[in-house]
Amino acid sequence: MSTDAHGNSKFLQHHYDTPAQQFGAAKLGMWLFLAQELLFFSGLFVAYGVYRSWYPDAWVVGSHLLDYRMGTANTCVLLLSSFTAVMAVRSAQTGNQKATGNFLLATIFLAGCFMVVKYFEYHHKFEVGYLPGQHFAPHGEGLVEIVAAARETGVNGVPFHLRTFFGLYFVMTGIHGLHVLVGMFVMGWMWNRNRKGEFSKRYSTPVEMTALYWHLVDIIWIFLFPLLYLID
Amino acid sequence: MTVEAEAAIHADPHHIPADADYLTYERGWKSWLTTVDHKRIGVMYLISILLAFFAGGVFALILRTELLTPGRTIMEADTYNEMFTLHGAIMVFLFIIPSIPAAIGNFVLPIMLGAKDVAFPKLNLASLYIYWVGAIFTLVAITQGHIDTGWTFYTPYSTRADNSAIWMTIGVFILGFSSILTGLNFIATVHTMRGPGMHWRRLPLFIWGTYATAVIQVLATPVLAITLALLAMEKIVGVGVFDPALGGDPVLFQHFFWFYSHPAVYIMILPGMAIVNEVIATFSRRKIFGYMFIAMSSVALALLGFLVWGHHMFVSGQSEYATMVFSALTFLVAIPSGVKIFNWLATLYQGSISLESPMLYSLAFIALFTIGGLTGLFLGTLSTDIHLHDTYFVVAHFHYVMVGGTVFGFLSGLHYWWPKITGRLYDERWARVAFSLVFIGFNVTFLSQFVLGSRGMPRRYYSYLDQFQPLHMTSSGGAYVLGVGFLVMAVMFAKSLKSGEKAGRNPWGSAGYEWQTSPRPHPHNFAEQPVFTRGPYDYHLASERELFTGTDAEWDTHVAKKAEA
Repeated sequence: MSTDAHGNSKFLQHHYDTPAQQFGAAKLGMWLFLAQELLFFSGLFVAYGVYRSWYPDAWVVGSHLLDYRMGTANTCVLLLSSFTAVMAVRSAQTGNQKATGNFLLATIFLAGCFMVVKYFEYHHKFEVGYLPGQHFAPHGEGLVEIVAAARETGVNGVPFHLRTFFGLYFVMTGIHGLHVLVGMFVMGWMWNRNRKGEFSKRYSTPVEMTALYWHLVDIIWIFLFPLLYLID
Repeated sequence: MTVEAEAAIHADPHHIPADADYLTYERGWKSWLTTVDHKRIGVMYLISILLAFFAGGVFALILRTELLTPGRTIMEADTYNEMFTLHGAIMVFLFIIPSIPAAIGNFVLPIMLGAKDVAFPKLNLASLYIYWVGAIFTLVAITQGHIDTGWTFYTPYSTRADNSAIWMTIGVFILGFSSILTGLNFIATVHTMRGPGMHWRRLPLFIWGTYATAVIQVLATPVLAITLALLAMEKIVGVGVFDPALGGDPVLFQHFFWFYSHPAVYIMILPGMAIVNEVIATFSRRKIFGYMFIAMSSVALALLGFLVWGHHMFVSGQSEYATMVFSALTFLVAIPSGVKIFNWLATLYQGSISLESPMLYSLAFIALFTIGGLTGLFLGTLSTDIHLHDTYFVVAHFHYVMVGGTVFGFLSGLHYWWPKITGRLYDERWARVAFSLVFIGFNVTFLSQFVLGSRGMPRRYYSYLDQFQPLHMTSSGGAYVLGVGFLVMAVMFAKSLKSGEKAGRNPWGSAGYEWQTSPRPHPHNFAEQPVFTRGPYDYHLASERELFTGTDAEWDTHVAKKAEA
């Protein structure tokens, strides 16, 4: 155990009696934070449910305008990143400093891939005018796609409330994307702490908590993906 | 102890001498801004919320002055609208919500548990910083001019009006995270930091109340956060989720808003009740009646609080079946509230009651909260609510709960724990004078508003019919008395800080755990880890030493005298 000159553990904070107590508190705190995150997103899911039941046509057409291939690719990327996050935790717990660092880097890389794909999706939507709410003004290729999607799904004309759909699409995926960025930042921080040798078999709590957060980000996407991309 | 061992202890940077106290152990403003000591953080919260309370109070007095006469008295209608918005928003978000949990709770909770600190001390300091940032945004909103939406920020008005409403919503969004993190910290602390012998059935009821509050803070506040985020995006990017012109629904905003803001009412009142538990037991010198019932009624209130938000929207156009369900659920709230009232009264029965200022505030709490609670039933009843909705009756009702309940509870706690926080006593006579003024002023202000409301005076109106003037003048007169009462109290506390008599360890003779530490607690709360062998209300098990009200020196003479005899 790493200790200072007075027999005090380096990682055990002064107000805890035992490492187990400190770990228990950290874990409970993190789960409460995740509960808080779920309720934060719950407002968006409720709004989604209300407007989907009011404007089913707009939702079906809107969903067809999203690129499900990109969505599927991103889902795979995030699932894989959750796996690498777990492996980072495992490596930290077994005291394999090098593997921990590499798995953290892999997770950050996959998160970056997710954001790049998201960038291309957003870019296309901006170009053809699928903007949220009052800025919704599809033109050129965008209009053609809408008409095609409407025909495919048996909807008459261009649904007015596509703007509501895209409003929620951008808010939901935007806030999720923000969480991905925060996750990348925190994992970079963990990577740096790991590089400095702060984690060991005895103490890997921060890596574990970061991974818990990352799984939440993943799970929220698992719900966003079918609700936005795959409805009929 | 060997010389080397002793030398090692003194060289240890973490070792703090047993006679150190949290206020003077470290000095300088830097030591305050970087402290992780929950007591210092609590004190900084206390100062911050008292400043907010002062600002909100000044706005209230301005409002009451304007309402002395129908039509213009001292300001234009637009200014008046800003004033009541600022009064409401500052009082709710900057004062009441953080008042008891973040200020008093932070100070007392870990001591009561026998812990050295909260579970996450740095996060605790971060909550305070986040609170300050939120407060700055609120101040910016004020200087940006023109925020007149009321504290509820109802859309579409709040998104159509100018930008200051957005500054305010961002401020409240940030304040919300401060509240969430405090709640999260308290839950983790209660679960993992209890000292030896402190099992769940020995938890002081203050902790049960704060714990129930923390659950609401963690689960309800994020919904407000996303609502305000959507509101801000509505204004900034025109998302249209709440805008009927774009297919959105403003009633959905009201649902979201009250899904937080009704539970928030319990964030405000539960800690007030939690303080009353402690004070009633101490000043009745009696084991609290129905401990488990009181503890569980706090949890029940926290849960029921999530199911009644629709009663704010009886006339907003929600479905009539929904209104019936919400009305029925609202009546359920009366059960746990009643459980508490009856248990407090049963504790008083055959107690050895002493009427010092904390007790006066707590007894007033019981009376005023009962009035506030029972008038809530008028508003929860569908047919009477149609008549009373948006009148001064509602204003009077929630002020009886928020001021008569929470603020009186807060003042009770402030008077009660003042000697522990500052290490000094205050002048009890002046405390009673202040209490009388506050009690009388409050009742005059708001009883008249019940009458005004039932006669049809709508809330938030700048002008009114001549026939309402006598009642409005009475209400304003009461508000001035209330203001003077707070002034007297402020002077009384200031005098105590400057030249108050030094307090003993346990000036009230309470069996509560927090009174067993030194007059001003050690930086780690107890110089030695306490082991709890009795409940916090077990007066029959507490030793004479534990209940002794004087200073340690007085105890020594007491013991010497006894030995002589």
